[in-house]
Amino acid sequence: MVLPLHLGEELPIITLNKEQTFYVKQSWDGKCFKILSPDTFSKLKEANKQRGVITNSSKAFIPSDVLTPLKKETKNVVQSATKPKNVDMEIESRHSTSKSSLAKERHSQRVANNDIKTPTARKKLELNSPTRSKGRLLGCEVLGLLDDDCDAVAPLETSATKRKVKFTSGILGSPPKIPCSNKSKSASETAGECQRFSDALRLSPYTKVRDFSEKDKNLHEKDDILSLAGDQKLSSQSPVLTPRSRRTCVQKTSALIAEQISILDQEDFLSGSDSSYSASSEEEEDDDLPCTPEKKTKSSRIFSTPKSSRKSTVHTPAKTPKKTPSQGTPRTPRNATPEIPRRIQAAQEPASVLEEARLRLHVSAIPESLPCREEEFQDIYNFVESKLIDGTGGCMYISGVPGTGKTATVHEVIRCLQQAAENDELPPFQFVEINGMKLTDPHQAYVQILEFLTGQKVTAAHAAVLLAKLFSTPGPKRNTTVLIVDELDLLWTRKQNVMYNLFDWPTQKHSKLIILAIANTMDLPERIMMNRVASRLGLTRMSFQPYTYKQLQQIISSRLKGVKAFEEDAVQLVSRKVAALSGDARRCLDICRRATEICEFAAQKKTPETVRMVHVTEAIDEMFSSPYVNAIRNASLHEQLFLKAVLAEFRRAGVEEATVQQVWGFFVTDTSDLDHKVVLLFIACMLRHAISCFVTVSIKEKLKLSGNSPRRKLKVDSYLCITVFLRRGRFVTGGFGFF
Amino acid sequence: MLCPFPSWWLKTAVHPARNCPWVQKILRERFCRHCASGKLFGMKQQYRHLLELLKRTTVHGESNSALIIGPRGSGKTALLNHVLKDLREMKQVSENLLEVHLNGLLQTNDKVALKEITRQLQLENVVGDKVFGSFAENLAFLLEALKRGNRTSSCPILFVLDEFDLFVHHKNQTLLYNLFDISQSAQTPVTVIGLTCRQDILELLEKRVKSRFSHRQIYLMNSFDFKQYIKIFKKQLSLPAEFPDESFAQKWNNNVQHLSEDKTVQDVLQNLFQHTKDLRSLHLLLMLAGSAVTVHHPLLTAADLQEASRQRSTDSKANIVHGLSVLEICLIIAMKHLNEVYDGEPFNFQMVYNEFQKFIQRKAHSMYNFEKPVVMKAFEHLLQLELVKPLERPSVRAQREYLLMKLLLDSSQIMDALQVYPNCPTDVKQWAASSLSWL
Repeated sequence: MVLPLHLGEELPIITLNKEQTFYVKQSWDGKCFKILSPDTFSKLKEANKQRGVITNSSKAFIPSDVLTPLKKETKNVVQSATKPKNVDMEIESRHSTSKSSLAKERHSQRVANNDIKTPTARKKLELNSPTRSKGRLLGCEVLGLLDDDCDAVAPLETSATKRKVKFTSGILGSPPKIPCSNKSKSASETAGECQRFSDALRLSPYTKVRDFSEKDKNLHEKDDILSLAGDQKLSSQSPVLTPRSRRTCVQKTSALIAEQISILDQEDFLSGSDSSYSASSEEEEDDDLPCTPEKKTKSSRIFSTPKSSRKSTVHTPAKTPKKTPSQGTPRTPRNATPEIPRRIQAAQEPASVLEEARLRLHVSAIPESLPCREEEFQDIYNFVESKLIDGTGGCMYISGVPGTGKTATVHEVIRCLQQAAENDELPPFQFVEINGMKLTDPHQAYVQILEFLTGQKVTAAHAAVLLAKLFSTPGPKRNTTVLIVDELDLLWTRKQNVMYNLFDWPTQKHSKLIILAIANTMDLPERIMMNRVASRLGLTRMSFQPYTYKQLQQIISSRLKGVKAFEEDAVQLVSRKVAALSGDARRCLDICRRATEICEFAAQKKTPETVRMVHVTEAIDEMFSSPYVNAIRNASLHEQLFLKAVLAEFRRAGVEEATVQQVWGFFVTDTSDLDHKVVLLFIACMLRHAISCFVTVSIKEKLKLSGNSPRRKLKVDSYLCITVFLRRGRFVTGGFGFF
Repeated sequence: MLCPFPSWWLKTAVHPARNCPWVQKILRERFCRHCASGKLFGMKQQYRHLLELLKRTTVHGESNSALIIGPRGSGKTALLNHVLKDLREMKQVSENLLEVHLNGLLQTNDKVALKEITRQLQLENVVGDKVFGSFAENLAFLLEALKRGNRTSSCPILFVLDEFDLFVHHKNQTLLYNLFDISQSAQTPVTVIGLTCRQDILELLEKRVKSRFSHRQIYLMNSFDFKQYIKIFKKQLSLPAEFPDESFAQKWNNNVQHLSEDKTVQDVLQNLFQHTKDLRSLHLLLMLAGSAVTVHHPLLTAADLQEASRQRSTDSKANIVHGLSVLEICLIIAMKHLNEVYDGEPFNFQMVYNEFQKFIQRKAHSMYNFEKPVVMKAFEHLLQLELVKPLERPSVRAQREYLLMKLLLDSSQIMDALQVYPNCPTDVKQWAASSLSWL
């Protein structure tokens, strides 16, 4: 039974006759509210009675109108209720809605007993690219068949579709979330369309629904076949780990939906609005991709936000931006977000192999997968997932030297979790990220978190109070919050109250807060944290080891997949060098990028060649060579002599500190034509500024009168004290040979 | 280079008297303004590297970061200006690059720097008066703005950080972290160019900042030898071909050629070259020499250069000594003797006064015995001239007579100054030569 509700109406909790009741509270079309006339109710009831198929479901759930802050569109949340059986399940999206209820209740009947592979198990295989459905072709065929059917109905639907277009353009900015995940392969394609159908359903008058019911019979045969295939395949899956009995979909309804959608899509396509999800084009995209033998997930349109789908670049692997939908939606309008002006001429696309390689090797290029971090990924994923499912909170501390992929891995985890949440495999959650380095003051962390969560903008002290209240009061409807704290060490304050609060909240009963803290040092909790803070952080720790050369090699080659720009040996040389020094992946990529430039430079626009050992060696030398030796060689004669005199004085005195007066004695005997000590002082100053630090000639005034600012005005006088911290090895190789 | 001569000049009859001001104008512009029109010496490779880098940023939207490192006066800014000038002339680049210039001496903390960035990016118009709120707001605002862009659609931004080493001292290196972080992530394409003279700049960067920096370093080393130095000297001094009076330009250039082969000039240059390879010092020398050019003395001579070199390296302290009174000179001599006796240990006024009394009582014939307050006054004058420096801050409690002092003059400087001191009494000179002469 479907009952549309007016926007202002409260959702009745009482269910009628234990029957499945479906309340549709949706009148928002993106611009204005459309209120359905009361008589539609009765007609709807009739229509539903005719169908009679869905009413016998015993499964139910209450997708509650979840607080989704920062979203203006949350108004159009559709609430549906039947039995309070799965009350705790919360569905965030406004798209959740009719489709999910229709689809799920049906599917649950069929698939309830089927084994379903866990999301974790699937995730492990591939981080980034969504796995493709084996049954994709089947699904397409079905769609094709359905398309034929719907041609006849098309004229009837035009009014509805127009509204639909309006609606979709209204929700631009956040990707559609589909809480219903269809487990059957064959129906995966159609399931993907559910959400469009649901939009249409909500917006269009009931006549359409009646159309469906009429068509039911026609489609019945096909659906049976489909469901059969789906069931067979599903039976071979691994056991369920997560509660997903609610994740179901009725083939028949989805087929109907698909049919509607195919019409709607045509409309969308014609309308040419790139903000609407033109399903047809995306389907083409999907079809281009090879069907993997892995189990299906959603079609890629779920992952692709409008932003990415709009992108014309094919070179960058299609990926959702890291931003969560909640971030992606236009934030509070309190101040219009500024934008860097657009470029006038279009950016050139890489023309040669080397340019293509350079683009891919850029640290900012988002790889298709994060190789060599599978274990860490899995651990973090499991941690967050288990907390999400339990609806509890917790902390995890992640450490590792810079450039070992900590932040990238965590973001990847969040992205996968968001996908899972969209697919309704996990309860929805909010994702907030703060970075210690991007805060001007540790206390600003509160302000940022609160702004992310609620959109409020208050002072730091007030924000702390509000957050404490938010996390300590029980809110069953509140989603779990996943908070990433990057560069944790910078949140250190004298009283450590920021860190204390951050780690205290997850321990509270109702907080539903998961914190992933990232920092560089392994023993940070022991070193800088007070006991009470460290204890709250807990012992869930993970450290990212620096990459080994093999891993670095793998990282490079995975990025260069399909581009023949590097010789195998060259890649190995780079990885070995970097692994020996730091294991910093960024360094590795930077060297490779520089090597392509050198190669290009050397090739001089002749035939494009591959990067060889020579180029790589040159790039490495450029980046790692110490400038000191060269700087000494190119210093002027008197500067060299000055250094020599300083060293001689040091040797004489046995103390690594000398005054200009003392150095002067050596200097005079060495050179005859130096007329003034002023010149010597001048040289000393030049050295201090210029060469200064290859021997770290730091000249400090022995008469400490002025402050200790780094470059205060230096009084030039004979009593300057020269301290030379010298690394002898360097100096010998500098070619003086006076040691 | 644009022709610096107005059209009326070219039409009017050439008069020898008019050449002089124009020669001076050309030379001054060349030496004082470190503009892009100047020539670059021996940095072709660096030039190309930087040009390619910036071109890729503008054309492909590739983010980058680089440091230009070299001693003072090695042409870092000149190189960058050159590259930028050439870049702006390219068709595909012009209007397609936003520039933000920051200087470590001006933007002394991140707050000021952020405001300056917002101003230079002209982002303040977007939100009216909301921009210049708190520091935290500013940062969030700017980061948000930069995050919005992407490689293909946003206009690339070039950040030039002059005196890069000073940004390192900002709290937490927040600005550097964020700039480098943006250059390493898929946001608005930015290129960060730092100019610094610290060779150890990488060691000053915090490890997270360092990891985000691309480690592209462009070194400028002044790696020319003396022959090239002479060539630079010639190029810097010769007049351009478009000089109106061609015959004069010819004469001038020939003269410069002669000068470069002259032994005395070479000695002067050699001396300077050995002191420093900094081209700015050469400019200063040529500037001093060039001011000697007048209507009646139209061409540079070797003597001009010698004089300029002398001026450049004069000891200012010795000059101050020239202007002192005899009493003050006597005090300085007394201090010199104290230094010799006590091997550079600090002294106080009472010691100096005693030394001076010894001289007056036993030896002086021409000197009047001044009273102590008068001597004290002379001593304080020396203090003001900073020829003498107190070791500790003068406090209320300590008596001025017993404050420990140091002499900031070398004995050789004092002797030199005495040689040329006008009307110096003979006995004072004798006393200066030896503290024991009265025996």
